Amino acid sequence: MTRVLFLLLLMLAWGPPVRAEGLVADLTSHLIAITTGFTGAAVVLFGATDGPGDVVVAVRGPDREFTVRRKSRVAGIWVNTKEMTFVRVPSFYAVAGSRPIGEILPPATAAFYRLGVENLKLETDMSAPPAAVGAFRDALERKQRQAGLFVSRLGKVDFLGERLFRATISFPANVPTGTYLVEVLLVRDKDVVSGQTTPLVVSKVGVDAAVSEFSVRQPGFYGAIAVLTAMVAGWLASLPLRGA
Amino acid sequence: MDIYLPIAEVSLDVFLLLGLGAAVGFLSGVFGVGGGFLLTPLLIFIGVPPTVAVASSANQLVGASVSGVLAHWRRGNVDFKMGYVLLVGGLAGSLLGVWIFTLLKRLGQVELTISIGYVLLLGALGFLMMIESVRALLRTHRPGAARRRLHQHTWMHGLPLKARFRRSRLYISALLPIGIGFVVGIFSAILGIGGGFVMVPAMIYMLGMPTGVVPGTSLLQIIFVAANVTLLQAFTNHTVDAVLALVLLAGGVIGAQIGSRFGTHLRGEQLRFLLALMVLAVAAKLAFDMTVPPDDLYSIAREKG
Repeated sequence: MTRVLFLLLLMLAWGPPVRAEGLVADLTSHLIAITTGFTGAAVVLFGATDGPGDVVVAVRGPDREFTVRRKSRVAGIWVNTKEMTFVRVPSFYAVAGSRPIGEILPPATAAFYRLGVENLKLETDMSAPPAAVGAFRDALERKQRQAGLFVSRLGKVDFLGERLFRATISFPANVPTGTYLVEVLLVRDKDVVSGQTTPLVVSKVGVDAAVSEFSVRQPGFYGAIAVLTAMVAGWLASLPLRGA
Repeated sequence: MDIYLPIAEVSLDVFLLLGLGAAVGFLSGVFGVGGGFLLTPLLIFIGVPPTVAVASSANQLVGASVSGVLAHWRRGNVDFKMGYVLLVGGLAGSLLGVWIFTLLKRLGQVELTISIGYVLLLGALGFLMMIESVRALLRTHRPGAARRRLHQHTWMHGLPLKARFRRSRLYISALLPIGIGFVVGIFSAILGIGGGFVMVPAMIYMLGMPTGVVPGTSLLQIIFVAANVTLLQAFTNHTVDAVLALVLLAGGVIGAQIGSRFGTHLRGEQLRFLLALMVLAVAAKLAFDMTVPPDDLYSIAREKG
């Protein structure tokens, strides 16, 4: 219930999609519902521009804290010896463009708008020498890419004619829950001329949401029920074989 | 067919989980060990976050052990008195174990401690059991060879608080099972396991219980230890995935039933030989994993929130 309210508030805060100069876009759905059979989902982004130009779409998941650990060999055994914590790391990041971003924007502009995995600001919680941070930052980026949570190209933004565009944003089964921001930018003459941000909520619904909420709100009760259910299941399972 | 696990927050194949549950359940039925020491690493391997894997396998152990105890109980193979005495020591030991675990966590390297702990414990146990069971197996093949003395008196039999354990045909000090339960309780809390594979050899070799009664009695004790761990994990870490536990259970209870039938057809020394083999294999695997250069030196952990 609170999630729905939260979603409504967000919609109020952001819009009815504010008509930015030169660009209007929206999603086919603002909610990705994670149910028991969830294996990933796709949302279609569609919109129109007021004339020729390129469109770049960036999808950013809620920020999380990540700890990266490095192993080294101590007395023949591989041990975690160094660790570094990165704060405010997007738990999901994907970017798409009607053309490769390198072709439509100069590197400095792409970096300013934080477009592309390599332009994400991954900051550590303490001041560490940049040389040491580099390897850890690369490892974090690599691990997130392998998990399908950092996506350099989530497909292409397709133009239908000169002004209508659409793009499919797909999310893997391990997509983190929370509020996502979908940023749509209009690019002309190697500069961003217009932009619009739309929220997207990824949330557990139904039984799964109930289970996970219950486990946090009433942990003792939840634990007791989990133990009892397991006991009853064990007892039930031994019944059919009794006569044999 | 994939199923989404609400606490683990991953989708996994239902049949993979069922199969995993059945395999571990089979082992628990045969040997009377809970199988947590196999289930937890396997769950982590298929993508369940480690904290959720530890807590949820404890939850599934509760159900699997109930089913196992019932199966053994029908054949009269559970010594309830012994089980409860062991449990008294076990609960006290797990309290101390939790305290040690917290201390290790503060000092860092809790994972390494767990790995080394497993290797030393499993290695030593497996080695001793292997020697003993091979000797026993050889002895049975030589008819007319000297039989082992039925009862050997040691310092342990001089302890006070003697009690009669009828099903186990023992008249020993209650301090012995309490002490064993206590030590196993410490290990269970630190290593996140039911402790069956420590308990079973201790019951056979230290207490001298008849092998047939051991699995059922060990499982009886595991029910309570696992229930305790499940409650603690649910309360402090919110990491018990009941959906995961139930799916594993569905496979596990069937495996346990088949396993306990299978176990009764094996002779005691064969059972002990197989258990020794399995324990040594796990120890060797863990030791190997620690020394082999990892594919990736880096690992990441997402903080909850």
